[in-house]
Amino acid sequence: MGIDRQSLAAEFLNILPSDCVIFREEELIPFECDGLSAYRKVPLIVLLPYTAEQVELVLKHCHEKQVPVVARGAGTGLSGGALPHEQGVLLSLARLNKIVEIDQDNRLACVQPGVRNLAVSEAAKPYGLYYAPDPSSQIACSIGGNVAENAGGVHCLKYGLTLHNVVQVTLLTIDGERLTIGSNGLDAPGLDLLTLITGSEGMLGLVVEVVVKLLPIPERQQVALAAFDDVEIAGKAVAEIIAKGILPAGLEMMDNLSLRAAEDFVHAGYPTDAAAILLCEVDGSEDEVSEEIMRVRQILLDSGAREVRTAEDETERMRFWAGRKNAFPAVGRLAPDYYCMDGTIPRNQLGKVLTMIGEMSEKYGLPCANVFHAGDGNLHPLILYDANNEGELEKAEEFGGEILELCVAVGGTITGEHGVGIEKINQMCAQFPDPELETFHAVKAVFDPHNLLNPGKAIPTLARCAEFGAMHVHAGKLRFPELERF
Amino acid sequence: MSGDQDQSSRLQANIKDAIAERSCLRLMGSGSKDFYGRGLGQQKVLDLSGNRGIVSYEPTELVITARGGTPLDEIEAALEANGQMLPFEPPHFDGKGTIGGAIAAGLSGPRRPWGGSPRDLLLGIKLLDGQGRIMSFGGQVMKNVAGYDISRLMAGAMGTLGILLEVSIKVLPKPVEEHSLIIDRDPDSATRLIGEMIADSQPITASYSLADKQAVRLACNHQRLGAICLKYGLQESSESSDFWQQLRDQKLDFFQQSKPLWRLSLKPTSPLELTEPCLQEWSGGLRWLYSERPATEIRTLVESQGGHAIQFRNGDRSGDIFHPLHPRILQIQQGLKAVFDPHGLFNPGRHYSDY
Repeated sequence: MGIDRQSLAAEFLNILPSDCVIFREEELIPFECDGLSAYRKVPLIVLLPYTAEQVELVLKHCHEKQVPVVARGAGTGLSGGALPHEQGVLLSLARLNKIVEIDQDNRLACVQPGVRNLAVSEAAKPYGLYYAPDPSSQIACSIGGNVAENAGGVHCLKYGLTLHNVVQVTLLTIDGERLTIGSNGLDAPGLDLLTLITGSEGMLGLVVEVVVKLLPIPERQQVALAAFDDVEIAGKAVAEIIAKGILPAGLEMMDNLSLRAAEDFVHAGYPTDAAAILLCEVDGSEDEVSEEIMRVRQILLDSGAREVRTAEDETERMRFWAGRKNAFPAVGRLAPDYYCMDGTIPRNQLGKVLTMIGEMSEKYGLPCANVFHAGDGNLHPLILYDANNEGELEKAEEFGGEILELCVAVGGTITGEHGVGIEKINQMCAQFPDPELETFHAVKAVFDPHNLLNPGKAIPTLARCAEFGAMHVHAGKLRFPELERF
Repeated sequence: MSGDQDQSSRLQANIKDAIAERSCLRLMGSGSKDFYGRGLGQQKVLDLSGNRGIVSYEPTELVITARGGTPLDEIEAALEANGQMLPFEPPHFDGKGTIGGAIAAGLSGPRRPWGGSPRDLLLGIKLLDGQGRIMSFGGQVMKNVAGYDISRLMAGAMGTLGILLEVSIKVLPKPVEEHSLIIDRDPDSATRLIGEMIADSQPITASYSLADKQAVRLACNHQRLGAICLKYGLQESSESSDFWQQLRDQKLDFFQQSKPLWRLSLKPTSPLELTEPCLQEWSGGLRWLYSERPATEIRTLVESQGGHAIQFRNGDRSGDIFHPLHPRILQIQQGLKAVFDPHGLFNPGRHYSDY
C-alpha cells in the first residue's frame, strides 16, 4: 500500500514554501542516485528546506504519517547511502549551508550540515586555522554527509577521521525533537552518543548543526616521492617509517596502473616504470619539517626505494599530490566504467592482499588499479569494466565483493571511509555474525523504532544474510580457507 | 607475561549464573577507580583482573590488543620498549589500574587535548554483554565505518553496558624528549600566552595552572626549547616528568583535600565566577575545584557556560555524581542499556541512578 505522491506533496506544500517541494517526475530524476550511480530509484518526493525549523516540521509530519525519510547532503557518497526510497521523502540538507560561527580562541567552527567541507577551511583561513579531514571530494561534499559517513581522507593517520574532529552536533530525532549531542568542551556527560551518530548513515537522526575542531595551519608541508620496483618493498618501507617513530601527515601508495593513469591525466612527474610509488608528507615548523623530511628520505632509500625526490617548491608539492588526488578520475579514463572499493587491512597484509587481488583480476578478466592510504591501511581497488558489455557490471560487483571479503579475512573491514549504504550491505554479513547484526538493529530501534530513517541501508536483515550466505558458501566451503579467521 | 589468561568462558558462565539468580554484578578490575561514580550497594563483585595479557602488539601497525584486565603498567612497559605510548595518558591513581578500567572510565591524563581520549583511540572491542553473548565490534584498523561504532560507545560507559574482554587501541610514537616550562606571569596572561603558543603550533603536550604557578610541557629537543623560550620570554623549569605524572594521578598537594572534588569540563576560554581556586589542565578545558557549594549551584554555573560538572571524589556518593541529562537523552541511554544489558546486571546505578 503506497502513499500517493500528489497528496503527500500537497501536505508538504502546507508546511513548506513551494520552492522546497519537488514532486514532478522529471524534476525528481536528478535525485535518483548519489555518487554511486549504478543504483537508482526515484523518490516519492524531494524536499529542500532552508532552515532547521523546516526540517523539524518535515520530520514531525513524516513521523506522524509513517513516511520513510532519506537524508541527502551533497550527493557525493560512494556507497548509495542517499539512494532514495521509492515510497519515501528524499530530504536534502543542501540549503542549510551557513557557517554560523568561527570561534578563533577555542579553534571551533559551528556550521550547518550543507556547508561544503572545503568551505570550512576557506572560512577558517583568515584566522590561520583549517579543518583537517579532507576526503577527495572535499570541494563538493558537505559536512553533514561527512558526519553521516564518518568521512576520512589522506591525513587520517595523524589527524583522525571526522569522528575525531567533530565535538558537537544538533540532532533532530525522527519525531522532530532537537537534541544537543556532545559539547564545545573536551567531553560531555552520559554515554558518548556522538560516537554512534557519527558514521550512522542517516539511520539514527538528522544532523542540523555541527561544531568542528579547527587546527592551526602548519607553517610548512613537504612531501617526498619514492619509486619502488616492487609493491611489497614499498609496503615494508611504510612499516619502516612508522617503526622509526615518524607520524607522517599523509602516506599514500599507488600501484603501476594507477600511477600511470594519473601521470597521463595530470602530468604529476611520476616515474611511470615504477611498480609503485609512495608519497610521504610531513608538516610542522620549518625546522621540524627540514629535519624530518631528510630522515624520511633516508628511511625510504634504506628500505629499497630506487629513487626519492622531495618537492622543490610548493608548486611541485601540489603537483605530486594532484596525481594522487585525481587518481580516481584518471583511472576512470582507462575504461568506460570503474568500480571503487574501500576495504581496510592491517598494513602488514598489503603484499598478500595485492597479490590475491592480482589473481582475482586475472580470474574475472577485469583490470584493477590500486590506490592505498598506506598510513591507515585503507585500500581503494578500482575495478575497470564496461557496463555496456552484458554481465560485466555483475562480474565487477562479484570481484569487488570478493576483495572485501578478503579484507575481512585478513583482519580488516569492508569499508574504511565510504560507508556501507546499499552497496556493501551483503558484505556486512561476511564481517558480522548474527548477534552483532541484531545489536545494530536494536540500537537503531532505540532511536528510530518504526524504522523510518533511511530504511534498508547499512545493516542487513538476518534473512538477507542467510540468503547471501547460501549463495556464497559453495559446497560447505568458505572463501579463502587457507587464511586464519579473525 | 606470567599470569596471562583468557577467562572469557569463566566470565560468560558468571553472567549466565547471574541471570539465573537474578543478581547484579559490580565489575572490578584493579579497583583503582573504585572511588569514582555513584556509590554501589552490596552487589557481588565480579573480578575482571584475572582476564589479562597482551594478545597482539605489532609496533609498525600502531595498534595493541590486550585483555581488559591487563595492568596499565604492563601495557605501558611493552609500548615503552618500542618507543611508543598510550596517547591518552591514562591516570593510574593508586598505581594499579587496568586497560579495561581505563577505557570504561573514559578518563584521560594531561596529554588529552593533544593526544586524544580513550574513545578517540579505541579501535575495537570484544564485548561480553548482559545476555552472556561475546561479540566483536570495530577491529584493529584505524579506518572502519562498517556498522554503528559500538566499541567507542563503551568508552566512559562505566561498565554499565558490558564487560570489555579485549580492547584494541591505537598507539603513537612517544616523544623522544619532553621538557617543562614555567610561565612566570599572572594566571590570565599565562592562559593567553598558552593560547598563543597553541595557535603557533608549538609542541605542547600538557598544561597546568593553579594560582600563581603555570606550566606547560613541550615535546621537543633542547635546541628547539631554547628557541621557544627566547620567542616567548620564558625560563626552562627544573620540573621533572614526575610532576606531570603526579598531576595525572592526582598526587599533588592540591588533591589531598577532603572536601568534594569537582571535575569541570568547559570550553577552554569560558570564564567561571568562582572564589575558590581551580586547578586547570588542558589549557583550561579541564578544571578541578574543591568546594562545599551545593551541587546545583556548581552545575548551574558550569552549564551556563555550556560545560558539565562531575562530583569526582568525596562528598555524598548517593545522588547525581555525573551531570544530569536532558530527559530524551536519558531515555535513549536507558534504551541502549536495555539493548546491551536487558537484565540490568552490570554496575546498576554507578553511572546514573535510573539505569
